[in-house]
Amino acid sequence: MSEFLRSYLVVVWFGLAAFLVGSLLLGISALLRPNNPTSEKLLSYESGVDPVGDGWSQSQIRYYVFALLFVIFDVEAVFIFPWATQLERYGGFGLVEMAVFVAVLVLGLVYAWRKGVLRWV
Amino acid sequence: MNALLAETLVGPSIDWAGISPLLVLLGGSCLLLLVGSIFPRLPKGTYCAFTVLVSLTTAVAAMLQWRDVTKSGPRNLIADAVALDHFALLATIAISISIALVSLITDDYLRREDYDGPEMYALYLTAAIGGVVMASSNDLIVLFLGLETLSLSLYLLTASHRKRAESQEAGLKYFVLGGFSSAFFLYGIALTYGSTGSTNLSKISSALSGDSPFSQIDAMLLIGIGLMLVGLAFKVSAVPFHIWTPDVYEGAPSPVTAFMASAGKIAAFTALLRVLVVAFPTRIDDWRPAIWVLATLTVLAGSILAVMQTNVKRMLAFSSISHAGFLLVGVEAAGHAGDKDALAAVLTYLLLYAVLVIGSFAVVTVVAGKGDSHTTLDDFRGLGQRRPVMALALTVFLLAQAGMPATSGFIAKFGVIKAAAEVQSYSIAVIAMLGAVIAAFLYLRIMVSMWLADSTNDAELFVPVGAGIAIAFASVFTVAVGVYPGWLLDATRMVSDISISVIQAVDSTTDVPAG
Repeated sequence: MSEFLRSYLVVVWFGLAAFLVGSLLLGISALLRPNNPTSEKLLSYESGVDPVGDGWSQSQIRYYVFALLFVIFDVEAVFIFPWATQLERYGGFGLVEMAVFVAVLVLGLVYAWRKGVLRWV
Repeated sequence: MNALLAETLVGPSIDWAGISPLLVLLGGSCLLLLVGSIFPRLPKGTYCAFTVLVSLTTAVAAMLQWRDVTKSGPRNLIADAVALDHFALLATIAISISIALVSLITDDYLRREDYDGPEMYALYLTAAIGGVVMASSNDLIVLFLGLETLSLSLYLLTASHRKRAESQEAGLKYFVLGGFSSAFFLYGIALTYGSTGSTNLSKISSALSGDSPFSQIDAMLLIGIGLMLVGLAFKVSAVPFHIWTPDVYEGAPSPVTAFMASAGKIAAFTALLRVLVVAFPTRIDDWRPAIWVLATLTVLAGSILAVMQTNVKRMLAFSSISHAGFLLVGVEAAGHAGDKDALAAVLTYLLLYAVLVIGSFAVVTVVAGKGDSHTTLDDFRGLGQRRPVMALALTVFLLAQAGMPATSGFIAKFGVIKAAAEVQSYSIAVIAMLGAVIAAFLYLRIMVSMWLADSTNDAELFVPVGAGIAIAFASVFTVAVGVYPGWLLDATRMVSDISISVIQAVDSTTDVPAG
């Protein structure tokens, strides 16, 4: 094993230790604690409110499209903020690059708008 | 610190003419989406015509660059990240021809299935961008970007038939498994970067040669090469990474299957060759045996499994696996030191097979009918009586895929076997020919069903204009290249400049500080 790979051995030990500590703690408490399930205790916890229906309820597909659009603009913001703090450094090149990036996103928005995605029907 | 901040970052210089084929594709796909969504009432067929126009313009741009490269030699663009050589340009031309033909089939398919949007065409064009980037990348990160652009477009295209459950299922399967293989490939890149200090193919090559400190670290590099091979073997659907292929080929809309089998294969194989031949020429003894095993397994398993199918789309899917095996035989031959013909043989095979497979799937698309459902062997019974000319065209494609002389398939198979024999890889050449004999049975089975069995379906079979043009072009091309292969072989012989561009890149890296 090369020196480089050996230095990763510490990661392996760390992972093993984490796994051992976790399983020891949970295992010991499982052995020691009294086990007395009632139907109230087995209900899924929803902030003290009684759960309605089961876990496989359907949700509106329309939220999905909005979530997608949101993610796109979220990512755009993630790129634009660090770029804005370093604008001077990037100069004209950076400005053009960001303009291209935003233009492509606007293209996507125009497409979504024309396809009627933005209208809540 | 302040002085450091004030310093302006200078981007790499960009040779706009050199990447003109890419720009045409990119502009075309953006324009198509924009115009298609703003004016939804355009006459049907406009999108198809526009896509064909864009792809032909791309081919013309690539040909102009071809002339330029012939005159002034291959070179690297954009900080050595993209290579401009005959190899990349021939792949670009082949991909453009594929999109043009596939668009012609798609036109009627969309009418039949009652979809009319520019989306499929726009996705073909973005997939083609990914393919061209893969074929011309000189950097692992750029290659990965191309791979993802291609793959994401293909996932969407596979699932694009919204009313057919098989299409959705195939799309999801392809997406999940494709994500896996991309992760393998990415991990391979990371390990290779860790052991060579660069993601640039030319720099990796020079880091591994001679007495540089990187040439010592072995285990990590070998794992890296192995993981990258797994990722790319998945994309070329080599056995044992082929499991997705039959299901996805069968479930995807037929024109999309044609696109995957043509442009997708061209992109994946050119990327495989770039990585192996440009970056790891000093490690051929390590990767060649792996390719040997993949090639033999792929040829044999592809051919044997194909014979057992009863659905024509699945048959053609397994036959495409067997063709991938043949291409891997060429890749193996390219791994031998000093061999230049193998590269040309592989690219010729890719180009010829692309036209063949599009022709075959064009016929399948027409026969399949509404809902893309009539694709069993029984649906092809008596096609010789119902549509003799189309049956004849399919016969030509099938004979060519079997490697019959006087068709382009013979030229393709002969080139690969010859390249293998020239480097004394006799065993793999013999195994490949054995696979071809087994596969021939499959093609004969379809032909027998077409010509010798009576039809069970008397409904009028309508051949649309677009598919008709595509089938006619493909069959004429198949026979013409089979009879006069000289011009094509002269052109493809020039693609061996792939390794020349390496030497230039190594020279140009001397004035750039490493890291």
